[in-house]
Amino acid sequence: MSKILRVNMTDLTTKFESVPEKYRLTAGRGLTSAITCDEVPPTCHPLGPNNKIVYASGITTGTAAPTSGRISIGGKSPLTGTIKETNSGGMAGQKLARLGIKAIILEGQPKGNGQQWVLKVDKDGAELLPTADEWLGKGLYETYPLLFDRFGERVAIIGIGVAGERLMRNAGICVNDPENRPARYAGRGGMGAVMGSKGLKAIILDDKDGPGVPIANKKVFDTGRKKLLEALRTHAVTKPGGGLNTYGTAVLVNIINEAGGFPTRNFREGRFEGAARISGETIHETCENRGGVGMTGHGCSPGCVIKCSNVYPKPDGSELVSVQEYESVWAFGAHCGIDDLDITGECIRLCNDYGLDTIEAGVTIGVAMEAGLANFGDGKKAIELMQEIGKGTPLGHVLGNGAAVTARVFGVVRCPTVKGQAIPAYDPRAIKGIGITYAISTMGADHTSGYTIAPEMLGVSGKVDQFIVEKADMARNFQYATAFIDISGHCLFIAFAILDIPSGLEGMVEECNGVLGTNWTLDDIGRIGGEIIRMERLFNEAAGFTTAHDRLPEFMKYEKLPPHNVVFDVPDETLDKVHAT
Amino acid sequence: MIEIRLYATLGRYRPELKVGEPLFLNLDQGTTVKRVLQEVLGIPTEVVKTVFVNGIYRELDHVLADGDRVGIFPPVAGG
Ligand code: SF4
Repeated sequence: MSKILRVNMTDLTTKFESVPEKYRLTAGRGLTSAITCDEVPPTCHPLGPNNKIVYASGITTGTAAPTSGRISIGGKSPLTGTIKETNSGGMAGQKLARLGIKAIILEGQPKGNGQQWVLKVDKDGAELLPTADEWLGKGLYETYPLLFDRFGERVAIIGIGVAGERLMRNAGICVNDPENRPARYAGRGGMGAVMGSKGLKAIILDDKDGPGVPIANKKVFDTGRKKLLEALRTHAVTKPGGGLNTYGTAVLVNIINEAGGFPTRNFREGRFEGAARISGETIHETCENRGGVGMTGHGCSPGCVIKCSNVYPKPDGSELVSVQEYESVWAFGAHCGIDDLDITGECIRLCNDYGLDTIEAGVTIGVAMEAGLANFGDGKKAIELMQEIGKGTPLGHVLGNGAAVTARVFGVVRCPTVKGQAIPAYDPRAIKGIGITYAISTMGADHTSGYTIAPEMLGVSGKVDQFIVEKADMARNFQYATAFIDISGHCLFIAFAILDIPSGLEGMVEECNGVLGTNWTLDDIGRIGGEIIRMERLFNEAAGFTTAHDRLPEFMKYEKLPPHNVVFDVPDETLDKVHAT
Repeated sequence: MIEIRLYATLGRYRPELKVGEPLFLNLDQGTTVKRVLQEVLGIPTEVVKTVFVNGIYRELDHVLADGDRVGIFPPVAGG
C-alpha cells in the first residue's frame, strides 16, 4: 500500500498516513495540485508557515514504462503567487515511487535559530537530520558529492542551493542525474525558496529493498508499454538517432529563428544573427570535435528512450556542464545577445551550482542588460552578474529574485513576464498560440503548460499557421492533454510521438490503467486534464487572480517585433474564452 | 539570387557549409521549393519536414522569388 509522508517542520516530526480515497487515482501534478488546493490557504505568504510543498511521482514512475521518471513538485509559488507545479527528471521520481510513497507533504516552519535539516527516507521510515555546516552556503557541485559521501552513491537527492537558502524567488529545486550531477531541475516558480523557508536543505531517498510500484493489471500495462515504446522508437523526433537524441532540444534554435519568433536582446527582435552558433547542430559538432567527455544522447533518468540531454565539453574535453538545452542556451544566448556556447554553458553551470532556474536567470540577465548593467553581447559581464547572485550581494539578491523584480528595481518597461514569471524562448507576437498559453496558464508564462509550438512550428499533430489568432480551442486542448501527461509521470517530450501516432497515445492511457486498475479511454485525457486545470484556476482565483492577470506584458501590444513586424494581437476576449467553458 | 540554409541532418547534403551558413543560388523565374530540392540540392522531399521562406511556413509547391531567404528542416522538436 502506498502512503503519504507528512513532514512537519514546526515540530520536526514525520509521519506516514494512508492515502485518502480521493487521491487514489491521481499522481504527479494532479496530486500536488489537489493537496495544495485542499491544504494551502490561497492567500498565504508563499514563504510563511502556511504554505506547503508537495513532492509526488507520476502514475507510471518507478515502473518499466519508457521515459517515465518525472517527479512533480507543487505548492504556492513565491515567484508568481499562483499555484505551481514544476517537474523534473533525474533520479528522484523513480526512487520515491519505489519506496511506496505517493507524496511527501512538507509543512510548517522551524522557529528561529536558522538550523537547516535534511530529510532521509528509506524503506524503514523517515527522519530529519541536522545539516552539517559544510553542506550549507556552498555551490551544489561541492555539496552534492559531500552528501553522496555521507549517504551513499545510490541515493537520490532533492536539494536546494544558496539561492534557496537565501529565499530568492528564482530558486529552483535540484535533482541529481544518473551520474549524480546536480543537473536536473524542477526549476520554475521559485519552489526552492519555499523549501528554504522550511529549513530543509535536501531530501535523501534511498529505495534499497523498497516495496516497488504495484501494478493492478500487468497485461494491460505491458500492452500499453509496448505501444508507447514502439511509438517513441519510430517517430522521427523521438527515436534513437532522431532529432532530439542527436541534437538535443536546442535543435529548435534554428527553426524558431527562421520563423522569426526567436526572442533576441530582451524581446526586441525575433531573429538572432548568432543563432546557428548556439544551436543543437553546433552543440553536437562541438561535442564531436572537442571529444573527451562531450556527448549528446544523454539520458536524464534511467529508462528514457529519447535521451535528449547532453554533456558539453570545455575546449580540452573536460566537462563544462550538463545540460545545454534549448531554453537555457536561448536565455543566456540570444536573449542576452550572446552567441557563444562556452558562455551559455558557464552561466548554466552557475545556475546548477547556485540552485537557479535557467530560464528565469537568463531572462533576468537580459533585463539587467536592458537596464544598462551590461551591454548586450557581453558574456564576461553576464557571468559576473550571475556571480553576484552566488555571492549574495544586494545586487545579487535583486537578480536572484527574477526578471520582474529586476525590471521594477531598475525601471525597465520591456519586462517579458506573465504573472511574474519569465517568458520562455518563443516570441508570442510571431507565434500566437503559445502567447495564449503564456497568458492563460495557471503557472505564469510557461511553454510546457500547453506546447502549441508543436503544430504552429513543427508540424507535429498537424500544421497550423503561426499568425492565426483564434486559437482558444487549441490552447485549451493542449493545456488539458498536458495536464494528463503531467500526472502520467512521463516526460512531456513523449508528446511529439503520441500526438502523431494514435497507438502511442492509447499506450500511455493503458499503462495508467495497468498501474491503477482503471478503465480510462482516450476521452478521459481531456476530462482528467480539464479537472486539474479547473482546480488550479480556483486556487488562483481565491488567491486574487482575475482575467486581468491573464495578459501578456503590455509592450507586446504596441512594440512591433521584426522581422515580421507584428504585435500581439490576440483579442482579450479570445484569451478569456479559453477557460470560459 | 536566393539564400538557402539547410539544418540538422540536411546539412549532410552540403557538408562544406558550416551550420547556418547560407548557400546562394540564382534561379529561373517560377522555380518551386520542390524543384530546388530535387534538381539543385539533390534532397529527397520525403526527408524534408518544414520549409520557411522569409520566416513563413510554405508548401513544396511554393514559387520562390529573388531575394528570398529559405530555411529547410527535417523533422525536429524540442522544448
Ligand atoms: S526526453 Fe530528455 S528531458 Fe525527457 S526524460 Fe529523456 S532525457 Fe530527460
